[in-house]
Amino acid sequence: MEISSFKKNILEKKYGRRSFLIGSSQLLLVGLLVGQMRQIQLNENEKYKLLADENRIDIEILPPLRGIIFDKNGIILAKNKENYRIRILREKNINLSELIDNFSQLINISKERKNEIIQKLENKRFNTPIVIVENLGWNDFMKVLVNLPSLPGIIPEIDLKRHYTQKEILAHTLGYVGVISPKDLKEFSNNDPIMQIEDFKIGKVGIEKGLDKYLRGQVGLGKYEVNASGKIVRKLGEEASSPGKNLHLTIDSNLQKFTMLRIKEYSASIVVIDLASGAIICMASNPSFNPNQFVEGISKKDWNILLESKNQPLANKAISGNYPPGSTFKMIVAIAALEANLIGEEELFDCKGFYELEERKFHCWKYSGHGITNLSKGIEESCDVYFYNLAERVGIEKIANLAKKFGLGISPILPLSGISKGLIPTKSWKKVYKNETWFTGDTLNSGIGQGFILSTPIQIAIMTARIATGLQINPFLIKAIDGRPIKNNKKQSLGISENTLNIIRKAMFGVVNNKKGTAFDSRTISENKLIAGKTGTSQIRQISEEERNMGIIKNEDLPRHQRDHALFTGYAPFTKPKYSVSVVVEHGGGGGKVAAPIARDILLYALSGAIPSIQEYPIEKRNDINLILKNIKKEMIST
Amino acid sequence: MLYSVADGDYDKWAKPQLERFIFGFFIMLIMGFINIDFWRTCSPFLYFFGIILLLCVLFVGDYGGGAKRWLELGTFRFQPSEIMKVGLIMFLSIYYDWLKPSNTSKLFWVIIPLFLIILPAALIIPQPDLGTGTIIIMTGFTMMFAAGVHYFYFIIIIFLIPAFLALIFYSRGTNWQLVNDYQFNRIDTFLNPGKDPLGDGYQITQSKIALGSGGFEGKGFMQGSQSQLDFLPYKHTDFIFTTIAEEFGFFGGVGLLLIYSIMIIFCIYSSYKNRNRFGSLLTIGLSTIFFSYFFVNIAAVTGMAPVTGVPLPLISYGGSAMLTVLGIFGLIQSAHVHRLIKRE
Repeated sequence: MEISSFKKNILEKKYGRRSFLIGSSQLLLVGLLVGQMRQIQLNENEKYKLLADENRIDIEILPPLRGIIFDKNGIILAKNKENYRIRILREKNINLSELIDNFSQLINISKERKNEIIQKLENKRFNTPIVIVENLGWNDFMKVLVNLPSLPGIIPEIDLKRHYTQKEILAHTLGYVGVISPKDLKEFSNNDPIMQIEDFKIGKVGIEKGLDKYLRGQVGLGKYEVNASGKIVRKLGEEASSPGKNLHLTIDSNLQKFTMLRIKEYSASIVVIDLASGAIICMASNPSFNPNQFVEGISKKDWNILLESKNQPLANKAISGNYPPGSTFKMIVAIAALEANLIGEEELFDCKGFYELEERKFHCWKYSGHGITNLSKGIEESCDVYFYNLAERVGIEKIANLAKKFGLGISPILPLSGISKGLIPTKSWKKVYKNETWFTGDTLNSGIGQGFILSTPIQIAIMTARIATGLQINPFLIKAIDGRPIKNNKKQSLGISENTLNIIRKAMFGVVNNKKGTAFDSRTISENKLIAGKTGTSQIRQISEEERNMGIIKNEDLPRHQRDHALFTGYAPFTKPKYSVSVVVEHGGGGGKVAAPIARDILLYALSGAIPSIQEYPIEKRNDINLILKNIKKEMIST
Repeated sequence: MLYSVADGDYDKWAKPQLERFIFGFFIMLIMGFINIDFWRTCSPFLYFFGIILLLCVLFVGDYGGGAKRWLELGTFRFQPSEIMKVGLIMFLSIYYDWLKPSNTSKLFWVIIPLFLIILPAALIIPQPDLGTGTIIIMTGFTMMFAAGVHYFYFIIIIFLIPAFLALIFYSRGTNWQLVNDYQFNRIDTFLNPGKDPLGDGYQITQSKIALGSGGFEGKGFMQGSQSQLDFLPYKHTDFIFTTIAEEFGFFGGVGLLLIYSIMIIFCIYSSYKNRNRFGSLLTIGLSTIFFSYFFVNIAAVTGMAPVTGVPLPLISYGGSAMLTVLGIFGLIQSAHVHRLIKRE
């Protein structure tokens, strides 16, 4: 008993030790917990407080209003139109399918659309609302508003959508907006707040793209307290967005409309420049498209139609269309010759219908020839042989230098995309790009604006503007940003002698007003609205010797894509030039026959500020013109 | 507290929990007055009853939260592993009470309790419930330690644990993988909660934000932005400590730990003073279970241990855990009340 109790005593002691060990190690572990809590709650308190706020506070990016675009007279071209739309936010414990079915009783939603919406919402990691219907009528919108209490998660709202009032009339210049595509992504960093806005639209082409940074504006921030599922509990503050800047363009939308109606049946492009400043008051390219289609999301089918259409409705041909300038280039050759003193005004060449260079014949467009020809006759009647002689004498380098002085072969600086540079060939150019030597034949072809030479309608209009003024006119499209006019530098002289220019101007006057001039049919009769200009018919096929002997096939008898381009460029009034114009009608045929009348009507419209009166036209033309003008008048009123 | 996390809705969680507490409290008192010898007699039965229930779970158990650990009895759902914990402690207590002290450290007599511990653990871990399994093993070892098994064995175990852990990780991806993929994921999450803050690490990240933003004095009752705005998951069950520490701060959290610690100290003191070896061992074992509950829970929500789904004793919402804890207290009270009864 004694021993056993002694043993028991040892046991108890041992147990005491062990239980003490257990207890103290447990308390040590509790101490560890306290230490961890101290670390998190006291030492890192600030950091976690911030994180908790980040959790709690949701920042919504408020999209800015896009700037409005006006024409030069304050007519709205692009605005933000109200778009009644419905968005949906997934809330906890809500059966989405049922919700959409309920909603569908108010506004029909197809089965496929419904599945699409559900899938979209379920795939979203963050709970952000998505659009289910838009462009609702006021009545439908009200229906949803009234039934809102029974539709948890449905958010009706008024969104603003870009709208182009001119539709097809000014589509190419204005461009359109669209959602940010992967292609645009390199322009935006990922933390650009704009990226957080669903379906934010940016300028895609045209002015909308070129001046996007002005038009876009600054985003605002809305601060909300939200719960874990993203539902707003209350608003904490707001920093309003600042709208984009409004733009005034130099475009005269009435003239633009008239122009588009005038070339309705052609694949054509036109540029009109105000000579006082260089402002582009009209830039037309037909066929066109409706930019509003792109804002609403163009269907695949419509897109393909536009893409595959032969006349390229999506291209702004006024700045991107490359055409041989044809005879409109002859002024450049003449100026080059006169400036280099390589020819006298009255020096004569004999046109027998062709020019012979080393056994090869270079033909004049007039098979029988022009006979004895001086400079003004050469321009007025557009004698090719005269300009073969001149070109050979002047040489391609001098011609090219002068062409550049008049804006050919140089991209005009405009906030548009797809601007073409055109092409003014030189000997070194041919060596580098074609790996061939330059022949005199190339110079002869260049002398009549054929061969390698390419130019765009806007370049031709610039050329004419510079001829008419003798000043270095540079075109521009933006008149004012947010009401502040864009400064216009005083125009510098081109450095071409006034005497030379006057010779050319007089000849151009003869083109339209001399009985033998190529555009005599397109003359006007008012003293203060006389036109000077030059026709061009740019050939796009080779005419064989055989065909020449048999008689050249008439344009009307050729398949359309082989017909010549019809060109005309001019300015008016002759005495006090105000506007220059260039007209290119693709496969239109003769410049004098097709392009010149269009140019005449447009210049008359620009000069009179309205549909020209019939009194402006020669008596024998009035019947035909009356018909054309009447139709345009009708359409201008109806649109 | 449950009132707070339910947005001030008393009926949602607080009311049923209070009812359960009152019910459990009476059970506890009754258990406390029942003679310790009765519980002693029950011990082996409870242990084997627990084993049988675990086997039942294996075949007819219910899934809950991705694991098969529930048994359904009418409308009452419970986890047999709760019974198992208590059963194991009781059985080990009676075993060492029966065993001659001189035999305690003999190899054969050590292997028997080891087997008694490993058997239920082996049934629980594949459920899968790594947390409870680990608690069973650790409390079992604590019992053996308290009973006086030689230090030598524990030193061996201490060396075996890293080897065992290494084996678990080594088995990953092989066809004899020892634990489930989701358990591995939890371990991964624990080691690096920031890796996927919206996925698996979400709970821990949000829980730490809640704790950390609470600061010293907390945001005030029902003012916790993390819990009130639903950022906290399981805020009424496993993560309720987070809400406490968010709304009452470091002060409140440590206060709660202090209360728990005092309870543990009392138990160990009671165990030390107990003249009845069975009662003494029972007390220390059960108090270790109680300790393991709140330690594992708080360690998980503070990011010190992987999330295992162990509730915070007496505070988390849930009937089974509440009744178990109160049952444990009942047994401890019985042992304390009858501490002077010696068996010859």
